[in-house]
Amino acid sequence: MKFKTKSPLPGFAPALFYTVLYLALIVVIPLSGLFFKTAELGLAQFWDLISGERVTHALTISFTTALAAAIINAVFGLIIAWVFVRYDFTGKGLFDAIIDLPFALPTAVAGIALSTLYSGSGWLGNLFNRVGIEIAFTPIGIVIALTFIGLPFVVRSVEPVLRELEKELEEAAASLGAKRWQTLYHVVFPTLLPALLSGFALAFARGVGEYGSVIFIAGNVPYVSEVAPLLIVIKLEEYDYAGATAVAAAMLLISFVLLILINALQAWSQRYKASSGNVNTVPDKEFVA
Amino acid sequence: MSPSTQTNIIKVAGHSAISEGKLTRWALTTIALSFLVLFLLLPLFTVFAEALRNGWQTYGKALSDADGLAAIKLTIIASAIAVPMNLIFGVAAAWAIAKFEFRGKVLLTTLIDLPFSVSPVVTGLIFVLMFGASGWAAPLLDNTDIQILFALPGIVLVSIFVTFPFIARELIPLMQEQGSDEEQAALSLGANGWQTFWHVTLPNIRWGLLYGVLLCNARAMGEFGAVSVVSGHIRGETNTLPLHVEILYNEYNFAAAFAMASILACLALVTLAIKAVLEKAHGLKH
Repeated sequence: MKFKTKSPLPGFAPALFYTVLYLALIVVIPLSGLFFKTAELGLAQFWDLISGERVTHALTISFTTALAAAIINAVFGLIIAWVFVRYDFTGKGLFDAIIDLPFALPTAVAGIALSTLYSGSGWLGNLFNRVGIEIAFTPIGIVIALTFIGLPFVVRSVEPVLRELEKELEEAAASLGAKRWQTLYHVVFPTLLPALLSGFALAFARGVGEYGSVIFIAGNVPYVSEVAPLLIVIKLEEYDYAGATAVAAAMLLISFVLLILINALQAWSQRYKASSGNVNTVPDKEFVA
Repeated sequence: MSPSTQTNIIKVAGHSAISEGKLTRWALTTIALSFLVLFLLLPLFTVFAEALRNGWQTYGKALSDADGLAAIKLTIIASAIAVPMNLIFGVAAAWAIAKFEFRGKVLLTTLIDLPFSVSPVVTGLIFVLMFGASGWAAPLLDNTDIQILFALPGIVLVSIFVTFPFIARELIPLMQEQGSDEEQAALSLGANGWQTFWHVTLPNIRWGLLYGVLLCNARAMGEFGAVSVVSGHIRGETNTLPLHVEILYNEYNFAAAFAMASILACLALVTLAIKAVLEKAHGLKH
């Protein structure tokens, strides 16, 4: 196999050279510094640095709140994608544009807005306080900020698949006597699952590393509402580079393992894809109502 | 699929078995829109409501504050460097990846996407490890006056890093879809490489390019975590607009913080509006 197949167009060599050079200088070389620094620490020191109670608390808080927010987004993101693809209503175009707001609005702006809204004196915070729920300065506040940040990942992952979904399959299921919820559960949902999982994974990964939108509403109480990215910043401010690196490496490591798990889950969910593409091979017992 | 064809299909099918009942549809739409209002519109509204809480005069005064203006200027300068850098890279990368076949293409594409999965704070950290007091690349700068951390170059570097994939990712699928027939025709008619690029390729990708630049710019101007780590927070000097918002907020100067934030919110709204127009007019939807 040759490195490059012949093309009559010019400019391959300089374009590729510039691409690789720029990628190496901006991304690969700086990022590899993080790995060398981590390797330098050695396993014993690395473990020492991340097994402290404050660090384990911060990591636990980051991962559990990101997980909770990703689950909320998976549920509501799916409903939102469904409503926007299948139904018609006034103001649809406007709402559709707004879904991308978390991508466009700077995280610090989202952070202070959410913090104001959910603080004890804010509109929503006041409302929740009356029923005894504190949101600002608790992990619930973090979940709310991460829900804001992650929503478009799920909606924009599910939408294209839903749009391409063949209505014929649903018609076939219906004509074979399936009730609407059976069609949705056995035909539509399995087809959407891989896209839903990848949206979930994106929202989750983004949530774990999120900083700007979280720190204002979280209140940053150590052991209670202090997230891992904030701990990295605190350690850097104390010039504790080894500590900051260890937390960052632990964060990347756990994210990596979880993303592999989600990928495996996605591969498992794809097994439906072969069968749902073919109407004849859906001989589910429940179907014969 | 357009809404009108959708309704047609539903009408043709004629019975509710392939759609939900009226009540379910109403309920789902209400849930979806309530969620959007609660989680997205309300925070957005809060920014403007809080900014104008003490009237237009306070708002105007907050916007014309010297440190605030310095922050706006720095933000514009940083993204005016970062965005064109990523624009040139994005076009070069898309040209190589979309128009040619070569080994290692998948790896290259994966590496280009990498910055999306790095936490902003970790982005800041890797440049501190590189150029910080005992950083591994710091000796390179020993005999020069160049300061990277806590100065403009550091802010520009992290801005480039966090927005690295935006333009390339927009252009690669677009150029792949367009193929290279038109370029080959131009070349066979005697145009040289640059002429082909300027007169054939560029006009074909201009809307995708604009779309990518827009997203890249919004993110570069709004980046907080990464810039926060490398900027040093020197008021009036190395504070970008988002960092200035944080400082004002932490000083309990809420009116000024939200006034500054409202500029960034307007930038976000303009970005979304142009994005919606481009998507509608040129079918750039992914």
